[in-house]
Amino acid sequence: MTLEFPIYLDYSATTPTDPRVVDKMLPFFRNRFGNAASRSHSFGWTAEAAVEEAREQVAKLIGAQAKEIIWTSGSTEGNNLAIKGVAEMYRAKGNHLITCVTEHKAVLDPMKNLETQGFEVTWLPVDSKGHIDQQQLADAITDKTILVSLMAANNEIGTAHPLAEIGRLCKERGVLFHTDATQAAGKMKLDVLEQDLDLVSLSAHKFYGPKGVGCVYVRRKGPRVRLAPMLDGGGHERGMRSGTLNVPGIVGMGEAARLAREEFDQEVPRLIELRDRLDTLVRQRIPDVVTNGDPEHRLPHLTNLSFPYVEGESLIMGIRDMAVSSGSACTSASLEPSYVLKALGASDELAHSSIRFSLGRFTTQEEIDYAADCVSTEVMRLREMSPLWEMVQEGVDLSKVQWTSH
Amino acid sequence: MAYSDKVLDHYNNPRNVGSLDKSDASVGTGIVGAPECGDVMKLQIKVDDDGKIVDAKFKTYGCGSAIASSSLATEWLKGTTIGEAGEIKNTQIVEELSLPPVKIHCSVLAEDAIKAAIADYQSKNGQPATDAAGSSTTA
Repeated sequence: MTLEFPIYLDYSATTPTDPRVVDKMLPFFRNRFGNAASRSHSFGWTAEAAVEEAREQVAKLIGAQAKEIIWTSGSTEGNNLAIKGVAEMYRAKGNHLITCVTEHKAVLDPMKNLETQGFEVTWLPVDSKGHIDQQQLADAITDKTILVSLMAANNEIGTAHPLAEIGRLCKERGVLFHTDATQAAGKMKLDVLEQDLDLVSLSAHKFYGPKGVGCVYVRRKGPRVRLAPMLDGGGHERGMRSGTLNVPGIVGMGEAARLAREEFDQEVPRLIELRDRLDTLVRQRIPDVVTNGDPEHRLPHLTNLSFPYVEGESLIMGIRDMAVSSGSACTSASLEPSYVLKALGASDELAHSSIRFSLGRFTTQEEIDYAADCVSTEVMRLREMSPLWEMVQEGVDLSKVQWTSH
Repeated sequence: MAYSDKVLDHYNNPRNVGSLDKSDASVGTGIVGAPECGDVMKLQIKVDDDGKIVDAKFKTYGCGSAIASSSLATEWLKGTTIGEAGEIKNTQIVEELSLPPVKIHCSVLAEDAIKAAIADYQSKNGQPATDAAGSSTTA
C-alpha cells in the first residue's frame, strides 16, 4: 500500500467526514432541502422526519432519549449554552460553579465570563497525570453550587475523568453535572443514566460527521434540567435553541453517531493497538521520551509525547510529512506553552517539546510505522544539533545552569 | 507558518554543526538563551594568532529560524577577523533570512551568541573586552 502525504495524525483537531455520512447528507442539499419547521407541506415533513431519525441515533450513542437532544452548531455553542444557560436559569438557587483548569477554552471562557457577572467559580487543580482530586471536588460543593462542569476526556493529553463517580457525587449533592464529551464521543463509553450525566456537549466533526453541527443532551427526568436560551427567536428545540435547523448537518451527525456506535467494538481496540504501536516504536528508538497525561486512563486514539532537549516547533518543521499538533504556540511572539501541560506541572521546556499524535478511522499500520520512523530520525537529528542534549551527555544538570535571559 | 527558502535550507542542511574544544585558549564559546524561553544557542569560534576566525561551530535548541540564524552566523564568521565579527548585526541576519517580526528575537540571539563567543575568547587571552563584545541587547 502506498502512503499518501502528509500523513494525517490530528484526528483530535477534526476528522474527515466519513464517505457514508456524506452520501446520507447529499439529498438534503438537493431535492430534500425543506425547512424542518415547515408544517404545511411534504418538504418540511421529509426534513423533520430526517432530523428526528438523527436525533434518535445521536441519543442512542449516549444512552439518552431522543427528546433530550438539542441541536447546536458544535461544542463551543453547546458548552456556552449548558454553562450560561444553567447559570441564568438557576441563579435564584445559587451562584457557584465548579470546573477544572485543564478544560477546553469553550468551558473556561464562559466560566470567566460568569465571574464578571457575580458568579463564583472554583477552578480545581489537577495532578501530574491530569486528574482532579475527587475529595477536593466534594469539599468544594456548597449549598450555593448549581453546576459542576468536567470534560469526559482532555483534548490535549487524553486523560479521562471518572464520569460515573463524579456523576454519582453530583447527584447525591443535588448539583447538576455537565460534561464536555467532544473528544470522548465514539471513543469511550458514554451513558447518561449509568454515569449520571445531566448535560453533555457533543460535536459531529470529531467523530466523522460534518463541521458546524453538534448537540447538547439536556436531561428531562430525575432531575428535569432547564436552560435559559442564548438565542431568542422561533422557539425551536424546546425553546432552548432557536434557529432554523441545519438539516444536512444534523442528518450527517445522526449517521456519524450510528456508525460510531455500531463500529465501536471493532474501532476502539484497533485504535488502541495502533496508538500503542506508535508509543512502543518511538520509545524503542528514542531515549528519554515523556508521556504527558495518564497512560492508563486516556482516550484510545491519542498520545501526547515530549521529546526533551528538542524544541517543538523545529520538530514539527522536521516532520512536515505528518500533520500533528504541538503543545507549544511558539509562532506567537509571547511563546506561550500549553496551559494544559503547564497545569500538570510540566516545565516550559518540556511543554515546548511536546507533540500530540491522534489517530483515527482511516489510520493504517503503514502510516504509524512511517510516523515512528520519521519522528525518531528527526528527534535524533535535532538532538545532535542541541546544546542541551550535549550538556546532558556530558553529565551537566540543566536545572543548575545559570541561563542568560533574553 | 511559512518559512523562507533560506531558513528551510539552513534547517535542512545546517552548516558547521558541532563543537570545538572549549578548554583550548584559541577557542571562544558563547552560550545564550534559556530552555524555558524555547531557545539556547551555543556558538564557538577558533581564532588564529592574527585575530582571524579560522573555524566556527554551533549547536542550537530552538525553532527553525533560530537554527538558521546560528547556522548563517557560523558561515559569516569563518574567515573574518574578531573585529569584523563584532560588527555583525542582527538586522543583517533578518534581511538575509527574510525573518518575520515574530522571529526577530532569533537573530538577536545569534548576535548575542557571536558577542559572547568573542568576549570569552578575549577574556581567555587577557584582552580587554571591545565595545562590540559588550552586554547583550534584549529582544
